[in-house]
Amino acid sequence: MHATVRPALSVNLPPIVTSAAARDTSSALTMRMTISKVNFWYGSKQVLFDVNMGIATNKVTSLIGPSGCGKSTLLRTLNRMHETVRGARLEGEILLDGQNILAQDVTSYRRRVGMVFQRPNPFPKSIFDNVAYGLRINGSKSPISEAVEKSLRRAALWDEVKDHLHKSAYELSGGQQQRLCIARALAVEPEVLLLDEPCSALDPISTAKIEELLVQLKDLCTIVTVTHNMQQAARISDFTAFLLTGQLIEFSPTPQLFTTPGDPRTEAYITGRFG
Amino acid sequence: MSPRLRWRKFVSGFMLTMTGVCALVAVSVLFFILGYLVYHGGTSISWNFFTKLPAPVGESGGGMANAILGSAKLLLLASLVGVPIGFFGAIYLAEFSGTTTAFVVRYAADLLNGVPSIVIGIFAFSLVVLPFKHFSTLAGGFALGLMMIPITLRSTEEFLRSVPNALREAAMALGASRWKTIASVIVPAAYRGILTAVLLAFARVAGETAPLLFTALGNRFWSPGWNQPTASLPVMIFTYAIAPYDDWHRQAWAAGLVLLGLILIINIVARAILSRGIAVPRT
Repeated sequence: MHATVRPALSVNLPPIVTSAAARDTSSALTMRMTISKVNFWYGSKQVLFDVNMGIATNKVTSLIGPSGCGKSTLLRTLNRMHETVRGARLEGEILLDGQNILAQDVTSYRRRVGMVFQRPNPFPKSIFDNVAYGLRINGSKSPISEAVEKSLRRAALWDEVKDHLHKSAYELSGGQQQRLCIARALAVEPEVLLLDEPCSALDPISTAKIEELLVQLKDLCTIVTVTHNMQQAARISDFTAFLLTGQLIEFSPTPQLFTTPGDPRTEAYITGRFG
Repeated sequence: MSPRLRWRKFVSGFMLTMTGVCALVAVSVLFFILGYLVYHGGTSISWNFFTKLPAPVGESGGGMANAILGSAKLLLLASLVGVPIGFFGAIYLAEFSGTTTAFVVRYAADLLNGVPSIVIGIFAFSLVVLPFKHFSTLAGGFALGLMMIPITLRSTEEFLRSVPNALREAAMALGASRWKTIASVIVPAAYRGILTAVLLAFARVAGETAPLLFTALGNRFWSPGWNQPTASLPVMIFTYAIAPYDDWHRQAWAAGLVLLGLILIINIVARAILSRGIAVPRT
């Protein structure tokens, strides 16, 4: 009798492959976040099974996998956005700088881990007020207009908007709105920036701009991104995690995962045989 | 052209004309009422109408200054009762409550909305007038306020729910608490709709007569303070319209015109204010 419920696909398949390079927290690589033994349920439906991984400091980590594999859910647990969903339950441990994130005050925790969503979601406010929002609600003492300019520059949006900061954020194009959302998240100087398929609603040119931006931003903060697009993961990330039906199948440095995958399911997915 | 096609064309033309005529009737009713009011009451509107007390029975002239002020006081009280309860109740329903609670409260609000206004009047009579042993502005405002609650609550809730969830998530992900999110993002994003809803509720109760008949009663003189019977435009229209004097009839028409004009002005001003600021685009 098997007491534990496991998805059919995993039955009789080898255990999770985690390459030595990804597991090893050796001299050059420090872990900003550590995810250990994370199981996750929406109501009675389990969507994550025993996920273990590390998020390397000042690197880009991509989560890939087919729709419904749990990659967005895993991302949302990293800044505790899952708690806004009724019936969501998390077991296991997630550490940021060695401290359990679940034990901290949720609002002050979320300031340290910013999030950018699938569709650009600027507030119905001016461009300036959008970026200033996080600073204002946190009662920041630093001069707000300087911080807004700094964030917009970091998001490579300053030159396009500096002459109409007080116009509605909705007057910007989709790609500009998404960069505005990135600037808004950067304004509170988060240690980690989470992006949930940030380019899926954008055209190729806007996508290229955001990809370029993310690679630059990793010097400022640690980046975790979810993507449907394997080429994108290959282009921008240092580490890639492949999830399937709620399980972490493989987690390796990006070149290794895409050239010499250690699991047949990973290979099947990246060569386009399913997903 | 085959007979079948000719028949189809005929039906199409007939239905198109019908819908057009119905649309025209809907609009023309308003203009017809407006024209009728101006025709009958326009001549009685003068400076005196806004500044003088009603003339004693048998004398002509006089005005409805006390009724205009009375209506204003009643509506102020009604808004103080109805708007906060409706507004904060809607926030609870839209943002915090479970689906069962929300269903029950929504259902109750719809029922309250359907309660005949005269029944609301009797309720206010037994709850406020009897203990105070006075017909009063207070009782009238209370009755009108009760009527504003369900209208404000239901429509405010709808507008809060229509704010995209993405905005809630964006604010929360930046470290805003639930209350901060509601106060700084959700309500500002929905405020046009909410204000329109409040205005509709306001306009609706501004013309109510039945709840005032045995709460505010009516008064031919000024009504000092809040604990005296007071005149109001709708009740004034009622008493003047059934009186046997031509002069009073004209004044009743004029009062109707003033009531409609006031509501129209409030609407236009509010819409002018609403058109500023940034709206969430529809997707």
